[in-house]
Amino acid sequence: MSFTVDPGLYALGSPDRHSPVFVTANYKMSFDRLRNDLKNRDSWLLVLNTQGINVWCAAGKGSFGTDELSERIHTSGLSRIISHKDLILPQLSAPGVSAHVVHKNTGFNVRFGPVRSSDLPAFIDSGYKATPEMRLKNFPIMDRAALIPMELIIAMKWMLIIFPFVFMLSGLFGSGPFLSAAIRHGFFAAVMLTGGMTAGTIIAPLLLPWLPGRAFAMKGFSAAVIVLLPLLGLFSATSYPFPAFAEAFSLFLISSGVAMFLAMNFTGSSTFTSSSGVRKEMKWAVPIQIGCGIIGFGMWVWTLYAA
Amino acid sequence: MGQFIYLKNVTTLMLDEKKCVGCGICLTVCPHGIFYLNERHARISNRDACMECGACAKNCPVEAISVKTGVGCAIAFINSFLGRSDSSCCCVIEPVGKESTCC
Ligand code: SF4
Ligand code: SF4
Repeated sequence: MSFTVDPGLYALGSPDRHSPVFVTANYKMSFDRLRNDLKNRDSWLLVLNTQGINVWCAAGKGSFGTDELSERIHTSGLSRIISHKDLILPQLSAPGVSAHVVHKNTGFNVRFGPVRSSDLPAFIDSGYKATPEMRLKNFPIMDRAALIPMELIIAMKWMLIIFPFVFMLSGLFGSGPFLSAAIRHGFFAAVMLTGGMTAGTIIAPLLLPWLPGRAFAMKGFSAAVIVLLPLLGLFSATSYPFPAFAEAFSLFLISSGVAMFLAMNFTGSSTFTSSSGVRKEMKWAVPIQIGCGIIGFGMWVWTLYAA
Repeated sequence: MGQFIYLKNVTTLMLDEKKCVGCGICLTVCPHGIFYLNERHARISNRDACMECGACAKNCPVEAISVKTGVGCAIAFINSFLGRSDSSCCCVIEPVGKESTCC
């Protein structure tokens, strides 16, 4: 399956020399979305070679950039096809494209359109003017929810690797016959770890604006408390033989460390975290996560052994 | 719902108001509405919302703005710490589900 479109100039509908030119990335989703949002509007689409990467990411990497645009204007023969000198670019390409340099290189004027291509019709109809809302990159709950499956799949892969070890250690170190110890302690550990994973990959993204803390790791910890405390309550409320306090605490440590780590990784998917900020957060958050993991694990094995 | 703000007082964004010619393009390109125009000069309003994308600095015609750009992504830092080459791999800002481009 291909997620790319060949770079170059495309006609949408039946454009003429005066029709507007919209520039986009050769990521198929970007291209299709633009085409869809511009339905029934005759226009030209200039597709840049961004190696199949979407506009925002490509702009950050520089492949949706000043040089590629200047090149593509020449190679597409745009100036022979249209009679004006205006290009409309997605606003989110601005980290890669220097409008005044493109103008100097090619004579074309870069105009930054709205952040979302769905705002393009309104933008065009108002005489190529964007409202302040069209200029803001927000991060609504639907966008955050859409990212969850991917976060979850990555985390689950790790869990599947870890779980056999968890059951094996439970059986080896827990009291009683191997199988019953493996099931009793292993099940508890697996549920707690899954709780930590859920907190970091589902609860933290969904409740992002409402969770206490600015740093994502802190939000991950808040989410872990929300998920793990009820879980512990559930275990003690049922007839399930409630494990020793130390065992519960050690698993809480590990699982909240997992939640902190996974939530911290969500910075990569968010739309507002700065590089300097992430660096600052990681300076304290990563040692805590490692500490939670090592201390929690040591304590857990010890509680199994001592019980 | 209001705007997201990440950590305070960390952005490397700098604006030299003396150089600014008031063209206004930084207001146009910033995805977080950091700038406003005050009598023909750009000013920074809520600098803590800056995500260091670099759009403003790249487009200021007189280089009045400077910012140290980079991806605000923990995985990228981990990868570069571990010596993996593509330190900016984790860019999935568009919610496109499993069709995400990298990683
Ligand atoms: S770096 Fe990006 S977010 Fe920060 S002020 Fe400039 S354009 Fe706005
Ligand atoms: S882009 Fe530069 S010159 Fe133009 S208003 Fe902003 S700071 Fe001033």
